[in-house]
Amino acid sequence: MLEAIGVAHDRGASRRLEAFDLRLKGGELSGVLGPNGAGKSTLVALLSGLLEPSAGELRLKGLLLSRYTLRERARHMTVMLQRQPLDFAFSVRDVIAMGSYPLDLPLPDLDRRIEELAQGLDLEHLLSRNYLSLSGGEAQRAQLARVLVQRGCSPSVILLDEPLSALDLRHQHQALALIRTLAQREGHAVLMVLHDLNLASRYADAVLLLGKGALVEQGRTAEVMQPNKLSALFEVPIERYQTGDGLGVFTSNAAPRA
Amino acid sequence: MPATHLSPVTVRLILIAALVLVSAISLNYGALDLGAQAWLNPQGDQGRVLYQLRLPRLLLSLLAGALLATTGAAAQALFRNPLADPSLIGVSAGASLSVVGLMVLAGGWLLEHRLDPVILPLAAFLGGLASTLLVVRLSRTLSGISVTTLLLTGMAINAIAISGIGALKYLSDADTLREASFWLLGNLSADGWMPVLVLIVVAFPVLMLLAREGHELNLLLLGVSQAQLLGVDVQSLQRRLVLLCALGVGAVVAFGGLISFVGLIVPHLIRLLCGPDNRYLLTHSALLGALFMVLADLLSRMLVSPAELPVGILTALIGGPVFLSILVYRLRSGGVDA
Repeated sequence: MLEAIGVAHDRGASRRLEAFDLRLKGGELSGVLGPNGAGKSTLVALLSGLLEPSAGELRLKGLLLSRYTLRERARHMTVMLQRQPLDFAFSVRDVIAMGSYPLDLPLPDLDRRIEELAQGLDLEHLLSRNYLSLSGGEAQRAQLARVLVQRGCSPSVILLDEPLSALDLRHQHQALALIRTLAQREGHAVLMVLHDLNLASRYADAVLLLGKGALVEQGRTAEVMQPNKLSALFEVPIERYQTGDGLGVFTSNAAPRA
Repeated sequence: MPATHLSPVTVRLILIAALVLVSAISLNYGALDLGAQAWLNPQGDQGRVLYQLRLPRLLLSLLAGALLATTGAAAQALFRNPLADPSLIGVSAGASLSVVGLMVLAGGWLLEHRLDPVILPLAAFLGGLASTLLVVRLSRTLSGISVTTLLLTGMAINAIAISGIGALKYLSDADTLREASFWLLGNLSADGWMPVLVLIVVAFPVLMLLAREGHELNLLLLGVSQAQLLGVDVQSLQRRLVLLCALGVGAVVAFGGLISFVGLIVPHLIRLLCGPDNRYLLTHSALLGALFMVLADLLSRMLVSPAELPVGILTALIGGPVFLSILVYRLRSGGVDA
């Protein structure tokens, strides 16, 4: 659905990313893992078209991304950035409904979407609340709902930069389950930046490892998420303990390597 | 805290009713009591007062108030800050500087050729635009426009413009000095229809174009990048907003002088009444701005009758304390409201 061929960014000291190839498939959830400053947000910015690549090409549904108008692009791709500045007292429902701007959704369809997302993200009791009165995690869930309202009516690309960073465990699982359901049911290609290895191994179909401004590895989750590879990437010893369901849990108890 | 607000339709109806009422009172109030015959006989004494003085003055107040409040609301969305106002970011100061400059350097010539109703708004627009662009350019950082830098830059540009105005006043003769000082205090007294016509020509497109941007302004509040990802052409939107604000404020400054705080407190009151949704905020602000201005103008004529107070003094006297109380309220409630 979204294809990157030899895409790189070398302008600016802080936002470098070596050339990479990438293919996001419909119905799949790809997790991006990597230490701070590895280039995860740069990757999202490049794939979303916010940052212009200095080399390579991006194709959305076969067409060059740069050929899309902003509005057309927004109908085929929805993106959640890390920071969500909003300093005005909209109701939570109004904030979520903003996601429908590029789509021509009839009102009943929009209401249905909002209801489904509110249910899936535990926002039902907050819909009429003032957005500014929400806690950090509640606000993040509302913003995630807004981004998911924007998903196209045909299968589209969903890019999420740390969408769960302020959520508690239950809400993390709830949100991931909802995102996976939407992707599988409607055929969207999802890429999300995560920090929790266990959530990634549990929910992602594919995993990308980013380190020091380069995409170091990508593949199916079980192949990529090996303790030795993760230890090398994060520079701490990471071990996997077997669990009853066969997925295992990753832990790290040691201090970083000198 | 629930976000309970009045419905937009209710607010609109109340505002329109109040506006009609206050306008009627304003037309009627003055040194001369006007009867029904004033309307029927434009050539009589009463008719002349009505058609040459009070009606143009009413319309001037209406349009100025609507423009100031709407451009204020638009500036707040543009800078994603509920405390932004064209006067805080240098628009009015730049407009004033160029108008006073023209008055001092070429006032006699303009008057002689009867060009002042056209040239002064144009100068005000260009001055306002120049200072806005300067402020925006200086406060643009890699991650967009920084609001703190914006307000500080606006303050600096304001100070520079005020000292420029001071220098021009120092250079001017006694008559021009008096005229410029009086004009700077803010004053909506109209003599004839020319200013009204120019302001109508400016106000209608500016107000209609701004009102059309309501939906996109909402998205801009989510942040520049996020708005772009929702399909908004942010750069073009920002350009349109800066131009329309400079044009609207420039026109008001040209005919009304410096009238402050309207653009700040009117949108704020509307947000308290029916929420921050720009699809309604802009039109409601136009209505309340018009109402506020007509009321202020009426008061300015009543308080020291038969003389009159410059209306800019009055809006600042009312608007300043209201603004401060909003500020203190926001701070006390953790900056969480409106």
